[in-house]
Amino acid sequence: MNAADPSRPVGLLAELTHRCPLGCPYCSNPLELDPRQHELDTASWKRVFSEAAAVGILQLHLSGGEPASRRDLVELVAHGAKLGLYSNLITSGIGLTQMLVSKLAEAGLDHVQLSIQDSEPRSADHIAGYKGAFARKLEAASFVTEAGLPLTVNAVIHRANVRRAGAMVELAVRLGARRVEIAHTQYYGWGAKNRGLLMPSREEAEAAIGEVEALKTSLSGTIVIDHVAPDYHARYPKPCMSGWARRTLNVTPSGKVLPCHAAELIPGLEFWNVADHSLDEIWNHSPAFNAFRGDDWMREPCRSCSRKTIDFGGCRCQAFMLTGEARNADPVCHLSPHHHVVETILAEARDDTHPPQPYAYRRLRPSTAVRRERLDISAD
Amino acid sequence: MTEGDASSLSGASRPRLPRGVRLKHDDIRNEWLLLAPERVLKTNAIAVEILKRCTGEKSLDAIVDDLASTFTAERSRVDNDVRALLTELATKRLVDL
Repeated sequence: MNAADPSRPVGLLAELTHRCPLGCPYCSNPLELDPRQHELDTASWKRVFSEAAAVGILQLHLSGGEPASRRDLVELVAHGAKLGLYSNLITSGIGLTQMLVSKLAEAGLDHVQLSIQDSEPRSADHIAGYKGAFARKLEAASFVTEAGLPLTVNAVIHRANVRRAGAMVELAVRLGARRVEIAHTQYYGWGAKNRGLLMPSREEAEAAIGEVEALKTSLSGTIVIDHVAPDYHARYPKPCMSGWARRTLNVTPSGKVLPCHAAELIPGLEFWNVADHSLDEIWNHSPAFNAFRGDDWMREPCRSCSRKTIDFGGCRCQAFMLTGEARNADPVCHLSPHHHVVETILAEARDDTHPPQPYAYRRLRPSTAVRRERLDISAD
Repeated sequence: MTEGDASSLSGASRPRLPRGVRLKHDDIRNEWLLLAPERVLKTNAIAVEILKRCTGEKSLDAIVDDLASTFTAERSRVDNDVRALLTELATKRLVDL
């Protein structure tokens, strides 16, 4: 049973930076990334964490971009630990040295979530857009387990790796993970931009789901598998964010506070910044957080639906992207009058006649700047 | 979970919360919570007393003895409760046995 006091948030996703050496084409960051000079400084992040603890946040997810790109990461982790926050580092593994991991463990880090792109090295490096990434991730996993930190492996599933969903679970076991997340791609930001290249066919997706569900049983007690099914193939929408502004908030590198990482794609929402307001004020009073709280905003078929307290009408961002109106039912729902949009997208995913195209890799700046960034990271 | 799983636990095992799983009293909500990767679990009074004793030092049998005498409860009932909770949490990898 999960703690559910709807008046207080439980989790804070702190996107410490948008800098990242990888270019994953499904990245959940927005297309318009915050440059380094706009990032909150150390003192501001520490203040945000203190405000988070005061408002009732229990878990702090340190993410990015690649959080190890921040040179103050150990100091930030130590501050979170001092406040009693449960800290979770969400990392690509690139830039994690043995020394850094041991310092993070000493500073009180609770948990590490490491992404992998595939179980097959060449494919993994291709998806990440970074040669040698796979090997460095395996090394990072060993730093984590040797430091005594619990490891979760996260794998995002899409057309290029969907046949190896089970193999990625097995890789996670070999890496010493206690938990693995198998998450089918969500189509926001970069994922939406690359949707045509990422979406697996229904047959492939269903085969992967069956494989992973079977492993849940056979590996019970060895590894916990958290499975995020592909929502385009579902009958009902996902309970996105467990409901808008109910449990979590997200702070961007420049201090903007969002109800979810994709919320900025909905036009007309007013987001407040930690530079101007406390987290408590933002959680309770910012227009963006109150825009879709509760169910007053709902239209039919959600308004009279018995599932509205189960799935909250699905995802506002997806409703906006696919129907042009965020208050509509998420069109993944078979009851949505716009459900045909999803069916059309799925039909296109089955069409293999298109020649393969290169991904639009997630990049912060033009390629020369990206190359410089990689050198920065490997020099650490 | 079947009863067989719970009763097959050895009384000599020394259960402990692994790193990454923390029992915490949340002063703001005034309740005990078990914090784990991507999980926040509400913890009732009985579970709290059991989990506080899962430090890796005491054996399962010693924990049951301790609880039975502290709360003057029937030992076999305490034993069932402890085994059921620890088996369930071990399956979720929230406790090491």
